[in-house]
Amino acid sequence: MTRLTTELPGLALKNPIMPASGCFGFGREYSDFYDLGKLGAVIMKAATGNERLGNPTPRVAETSSGMLNAIGLQNPGVDKIIANEVPFLAQFDTKIIANIAGSTLEEYEYVAQAFNQTNKVHALELNISCPNVKEGGIQFGTDPTMASRVTEVVKKASNLPVYVKLSPNVTDIVSIAKAVEAAGADGLSMINTLTGMQIHLPSRRPIIANKTGGLSGPAIKPVAVRMIYEVSKQVQIPIIGMGGIKNAEDVLEFLLAGASAVAVGTANFQNPFVCSEIINELPQVLDKYGFNSVQDAIGKGIVA
Amino acid sequence: MIRKVGMKIISIRCIAQDTFEMILENNFISNYAVPGQFLHLQVGEHSLRRPISITDCDPSRSTVTIIFKINGQGTRELSAYQVGQYLNVLGPMGNGFPLHANSTALLIGGGIGVPPLYYLGKTLREMGCTIISVLGFQDKNHVFYENEFKNLGKNFIVTNNGSYGESGLVTDVINHVHHFDYYYSCGPIPMLRAVSQELKERRGYISIEERMGCGVGACYACVVPTKDGTNYKKICKDGPVFVAGEVKL
Ligand SMILES: Cc1cc2nc3c(=O)[nH]c(=O)nc-3n(C[C@H](O)[C@H](O)[C@H](O)COP(=O)(O)OP(=O)(O)OC[C@H]3O[C@@H](n4cnc5c(N)ncnc54)[C@H](O)[C@@H]3O)c2cc1C
Ligand SMILES: Cc1cc2nc3c(=O)[nH]c(=O)nc-3n(C[C@H](O)[C@H](O)[C@H](O)COP(=O)(O)O)c2cc1C
Ligand code: FES
Repeated sequence: MTRLTTELPGLALKNPIMPASGCFGFGREYSDFYDLGKLGAVIMKAATGNERLGNPTPRVAETSSGMLNAIGLQNPGVDKIIANEVPFLAQFDTKIIANIAGSTLEEYEYVAQAFNQTNKVHALELNISCPNVKEGGIQFGTDPTMASRVTEVVKKASNLPVYVKLSPNVTDIVSIAKAVEAAGADGLSMINTLTGMQIHLPSRRPIIANKTGGLSGPAIKPVAVRMIYEVSKQVQIPIIGMGGIKNAEDVLEFLLAGASAVAVGTANFQNPFVCSEIINELPQVLDKYGFNSVQDAIGKGIVA
Repeated sequence: MIRKVGMKIISIRCIAQDTFEMILENNFISNYAVPGQFLHLQVGEHSLRRPISITDCDPSRSTVTIIFKINGQGTRELSAYQVGQYLNVLGPMGNGFPLHANSTALLIGGGIGVPPLYYLGKTLREMGCTIISVLGFQDKNHVFYENEFKNLGKNFIVTNNGSYGESGLVTDVINHVHHFDYYYSCGPIPMLRAVSQELKERRGYISIEERMGCGVGACYACVVPTKDGTNYKKICKDGPVFVAGEVKL
């Protein structure tokens, strides 16, 4: 199995596959389907300082090759997550990545400190790109100065490696990536969802109560691949890639673009076994395209 | 326990306007599903599954019946599936209705909320219950399963325009039914709101719908606020059945 291993700061992964934040809860539901110890890592649902109830419903809508969501960061708050969810995940032989969100710098700092103290979380994913909360959140992700501020604060608040999750809803993603790298980020996570809207014809109203939502699924895969490709050429830190991955061939495409590991989100809804199946299929796909190992494929996309 | 299974289509027939009954074969689901649970169906390549209630189970034949109405692209495609094809299904999902043996049960259904009440009524009948059903439909052309419900006990059909049965809304009829121990209701939210208001002194259960993502409780898409508004329940995992009054409609 060593041909599937991949190494990122703080994350020596047995394979490059992890469920994406918000698409796997805290793992409990999916642990009924397969052994979570099979996964390279699990990225937990976003944690905020206090409990958040999220947005009114409907919160999701289907689109061509994807979906919109505006969950609004519903979560029980970092303290309850540490008390009730982290110990559950810690039973499995996998790495735990905590996705953290907030509307103020102080909130990010508080959440980062709390996870740091658990000794059970292996890395932080800094969600500066959630499009679905009114205050904060997205501003941190669209302005390079704010993005580096929050990165610095979180780096100071904990000893854990920090992966900054970038928003695709920007004109120049490379400048944000460079800014957070300079601010001390250990890695990048990309991409979050693209803001979108869908209108229900009979009622002339947006389907999602929040009006807009984040687009995910295969529809955004080409955007993700392009952004990872552009950013990986310009930064030294590794990238966890995501956006529309459904199978092992998609994983290889992300590796070629420059990702060192990948996360699978929306595809879990269609097929709860998808991460486990991708891990099974990955060796054959590496064989098929002439790669000895995952490490071998990272950044090997050829663009003349 | 939820499993991902292939269910073979044994029959499909149109039973009312835009409404189809489909009989599916699967040993696991027919043996373990309880009234009020639903199936999460993969239709074609759609990125999200479709939740559809279980209308009936027959473990002796390993069959599960569903009834669905064409409501958009996915249900339209589902209606075009052929006998012998397999459906990719997650199930059984959610929690069923609490069952009280030897009681009198009032079943109140509206439109596509009628299907789960059939399996419920049949099961309660087998447990010695007396069944009264009040079923509301848009109009005469949309009425289905009248005979099936008549076989369970007293039945009233209500149509909005009076083209069949009583005229008006289910609440116009339930006003006249006083002798029952528990009510069980499934249908559109405005109907459930009216029913639970009308019967607020009585003990009952409601089953509700919301757009879903995962269907297993992981994504927080399908929530409904609790009565006091301080929390949310997940319809897919904590429901779809709730004690009337437990959640804010
Ligand atoms: C627990 C539960 C049980 C249900 N049982 C039945 C049943 O027995 N018979 C039946 O005919 N219908 C039932 N429904 C409603 C059924 O799920 C929708 O009619 C169906 O999903 C519509 O899909 P579509 O592709 O035709 O519509 P589209 O509008 O094309 O669907 C787009 C998206 O919205 C979702 N959606 C649209 N309308 C609804 C709705 N009313 N409820 C939930 N999701 C919706 C779809 O699942 C899909 O993800 C049930 C819903 C729930 C939540
Ligand atoms: C329902 C849903 C909830 C999500 N919640 C979060 C979240 O809490 N934090 C976060 O950083 N990203 C969240 N995301 C974004 C995903 O982690 C991922 O970046 C995005 O969906 C793209 O990957 P995919 O196409 O494989 O789903 C969510 C996505 C979905 C669909
Ligand atoms: S549909 Fe995901 S929590 Fe209910």
